[in-house]
Amino acid sequence: MSYSALQIWGIIGALAIGTFLIRFSFLGLIGNRDMPPIVLRLLRYTPVAVLPGLVAPLVLWPAATGGQPDAVRLIAAAVALAVGLWTKQVIWAILAGFGALYTGLAVAQLL
Amino acid sequence: MTAATVKSVYLRGLRAGAPFVIVVVPFSLLFGVAATDAGLTLGQAMGFTVLVIAGASQFAALQMMVDQAGIAFVLLAALAVNLRMAMYSAALVPHIGAAPLWQRACVAYLLFDQTYLASVKAYEEEPDLTLRQKVAFFFGVATPITPVWCAMTAVGVLVGATIPEAAALDFALPITFLAMVAPMLRTSAHLAAAATSVVVALALSGLPSGFGLLIAAACAMAVGVLVEDRV
Repeated sequence: MSYSALQIWGIIGALAIGTFLIRFSFLGLIGNRDMPPIVLRLLRYTPVAVLPGLVAPLVLWPAATGGQPDAVRLIAAAVALAVGLWTKQVIWAILAGFGALYTGLAVAQLL
Repeated sequence: MTAATVKSVYLRGLRAGAPFVIVVVPFSLLFGVAATDAGLTLGQAMGFTVLVIAGASQFAALQMMVDQAGIAFVLLAALAVNLRMAMYSAALVPHIGAAPLWQRACVAYLLFDQTYLASVKAYEEEPDLTLRQKVAFFFGVATPITPVWCAMTAVGVLVGATIPEAAALDFALPITFLAMVAPMLRTSAHLAAAATSVVVALALSGLPSGFGLLIAAACAMAVGVLVEDRV
């Protein structure tokens, strides 16, 4: 890359401040004032509204394979999801997902 | 409320945060490796990790810098990835909005996916927690994750290219996020919201990074409430 050291630190500083302001937005501005009930109901769905949309393109079009769908990664994602639904435990879902990923990659090497 | 109970809730937060450490290790390590690859110094890579402390956006910024994008576009892409944290910030207000300003500022600095998810889960399961206990739980979750997050970027810079590509660390983030979401799909409303998020995000994937996700998230939250009303 061709940025000067000053430019790189400028990017880091601007990102640090901008990211903090995003995180501080509601906590800092609204504080202990009450929020309308409809807003609270909407916010209950924040994690299931954000994370699936964030993950879907990464699963379907992984950067590591140049954006081509990859059977091993699709299976690993399905295993992590299934084990998470079944056990309701984050840690088992993570371990199962990585287990499936490495098993799949090893099998793909052999084929 | 005694200090002991606040301490015990802090320790429970610490235990809730501990499993995420194994998730953060590859992610942070990979950022160090990628940053070195892209030509950043150790200090610059650590600057990102310690000051920005938001993995997905750090990768987004790095990718844009490798692509020689203008500085304004680098910032826009990376900040757009972080806009979801405004929703996290709003979601925490009902629980810890009454805390002193300095505590809310510290929470804001440490507000990333894992601290948010683990804390909100505990707040919903235990509505009896006091304000001080809720704040203590949040800092408990952050305690094991944050130092490991910072240290592993440095390790990534130092070991650099010696990590084999076969480790497939690129897929650590998707597996982690799926593992976090799956246990939350408890009701048809949650399932409908998640499905909406996936469909809209994929349909809008052509939009600049982050914007499609924001629209998808807004649609998904609305669908969640609508389905909840029908059941």
